[in-house]
Amino acid sequence: MIMQDGRTLLEVRGLRATVNGIEILKGLDFTVKSGEVHAIMGPNGSGKSTFAKVLAGHTAYEVTGGSVLFEGRNLFDLAPEERARAGVFLAFQYPIEIPGVANSQFLRLSYNTVQAQRGKEELDPLEFDDFVREKMKLLEISPDFLDRSVNEGFSGGEKKRNEILQMALLEPRLAILDETDSGLDIDALRIVSQGVNQLANKDNAIILVTHYQRLLNYIVPDFVHVMESGRIIKTGDKDLARELETRGYDWVAAEHLAAGETRVAKGAA
Amino acid sequence: MSTVTSIRRPAAGYLETLLAGQPQLPASPLAWINALRAEAVNRLDVLKLPTLRDEEWRFTDISRLTKLSFSPALGATCLETADIAQFHIEEASTRLVFVDGFHAPQLSSAASCSNGDSGVVVSNLPKVLATHGAAIEAHLGRHAAFRDNVFAALNTAFLHDAAVIVVPRNVALAAPVHLLFIATQKEVVSTPRCLVVAESGSAMTVIEDYVVLTQPRWQKEEEEAHFTNAVTEIALEDNARVNHIRIQREGNNAFHIANCAVSLGRSSNYQSVSVALGAQISRYNLDVLLAEGAECAVDGLALIAANQLADTHTCIDHAQPHGVSRQLHKCIVGGSAHAVFNGKVLVRQGAQRTDSAQSSRNLLLTGRAHVDTKPQLEIFADDVKCAHGATIGQLDSEEVFYLKSRGLSDSVARNLLTYAFGAEIIERIPVASLKQRLEQTVLEQTSSQS
Repeated sequence: MIMQDGRTLLEVRGLRATVNGIEILKGLDFTVKSGEVHAIMGPNGSGKSTFAKVLAGHTAYEVTGGSVLFEGRNLFDLAPEERARAGVFLAFQYPIEIPGVANSQFLRLSYNTVQAQRGKEELDPLEFDDFVREKMKLLEISPDFLDRSVNEGFSGGEKKRNEILQMALLEPRLAILDETDSGLDIDALRIVSQGVNQLANKDNAIILVTHYQRLLNYIVPDFVHVMESGRIIKTGDKDLARELETRGYDWVAAEHLAAGETRVAKGAA
Repeated sequence: MSTVTSIRRPAAGYLETLLAGQPQLPASPLAWINALRAEAVNRLDVLKLPTLRDEEWRFTDISRLTKLSFSPALGATCLETADIAQFHIEEASTRLVFVDGFHAPQLSSAASCSNGDSGVVVSNLPKVLATHGAAIEAHLGRHAAFRDNVFAALNTAFLHDAAVIVVPRNVALAAPVHLLFIATQKEVVSTPRCLVVAESGSAMTVIEDYVVLTQPRWQKEEEEAHFTNAVTEIALEDNARVNHIRIQREGNNAFHIANCAVSLGRSSNYQSVSVALGAQISRYNLDVLLAEGAECAVDGLALIAANQLADTHTCIDHAQPHGVSRQLHKCIVGGSAHAVFNGKVLVRQGAQRTDSAQSSRNLLLTGRAHVDTKPQLEIFADDVKCAHGATIGQLDSEEVFYLKSRGLSDSVARNLLTYAFGAEIIERIPVASLKQRLEQTVLEQTSSQS
């Protein structure tokens, strides 16, 4: 929801980033206020996932320019774990399998770490078990899931639900969902979307990175952004997503190019 | 033991020193035991200490051991039950304790000599020779090939006592048997010996546990320097099932060399988990011989740091058809430690329909850590299914990032992943309290390395 008194959570200015020396983000501007849901769409290779990973602090991505403020702090001063504790959450496009680490142990460690950071009480294994089982019901996750290794042997849908469960436990200020809809069937998509909708409130914000409009039928965005060649080239409301679904991305790029030429022409004149 | 004099050669200085005390061993009342010893002493005349030039020892330099002139332990330190309470395993109904290779009846649990109605024997060698002499003679010294192995020969030359377990036909032991070998003296060689006979259709779990009890009077820098030279023989008759858990948690200055030979009868099943944590140099040779339709799972974990060296050599010998073997061996190597794994799987001619899978997985925690792994398949049959593989790597950076993205610090993330790597082996131990204790040990050991 767009609010008059929304606080600025994330402010991205001229962000540039490279992977293996190749520039992927080329001067990205982006602002998120509390209470808002943003969708970032765009063709393959436009830099959507890179942007998500840069926000989470993945070391394979090198920031070469620009700035990112999270609640007024320089995000790049924080290590990945500090960002998580400060309230930045990335739901992975491909959640990592960790054989040998029980899901229950991982979830509790993570939950308690973030709780401690917020000056709140940590939970012992029994207390945590009750707590996490309540959250699991919302996402229709079977109880045996706690005893399994983190994501090991999970179906695509189970992995994505596990991501949203972690989001539910950590209650982030800013959640970035990187193609959470990919690989989900209709039922799983509905369950995951309901979970996300229940977690959205006036104090947090959600960034949905997606290819498809389908997800946005379930989680209705306040803003839809089109990303192309490492920049946001168009921003609209939820109707823009529908238009993209029928017309594709090419017209947006063409429009952007034409506008650029007009600007150049004006500048020249 | 007149043969002893014949080995006085300069080249055999180390063995010579060790064998000097051998003639003082009291003769056994049984002629075949004396004959075994004599044969071992004879073999030591021919056998040489291995060096890096020997294929089987080319990664494992034992010169640190052979430079030292330890003498054989000729008696045990007197301990009380309270001294060893820390080593108790609650599930074990029976505990047989050996101190520096000598049986300690006062420390062994009361049930250790009970035969009951089932006829199960858990005792030490001299006590059961009279009643079970024939069964023991058929196996003792018959499986572990001391004729070609200098350390097995040394152990056999000093054969005086042994842990003996005999599970009669079709008897299933519900609770595990704990064989506890405690090192208490420094600068001695102890020669622990085990014999397990699982008669046809029987089932049991045995825990072979090597520990050190540090003496308060020892100086810090000289603690635990001793040499354990163990031999274990396990015979499974047809359809028998044996779970064998082996824990080597000797002191960090100890030397530990062990030979274990397992012989599987038709359709028998052997499951083993070995864990190596201690010793500055350790070497474990495990030879498993499978008869028709026998199955084995041979898993291992070496968790070492500092300057430790842990070497595991296994040989799984599919001598007959329809055998199944599974092996997962893992090494976690920190500091400047060095792990060695050599896993040979032999499928003999005629051992058709053998199904074998072997995997060696190794985790290096530092740039100075070192591992040599050598899976070795030798197949002489043409209708078999054999798979093997080896990996050596560091912690997966994507896994570390995933955990950090959930708020875990770098060190917690790395410890958790290291622990998880080892836990896959520990989880296969079918004794809950031991499993829990080892998981704790692994967690502590991995945390202390970061």
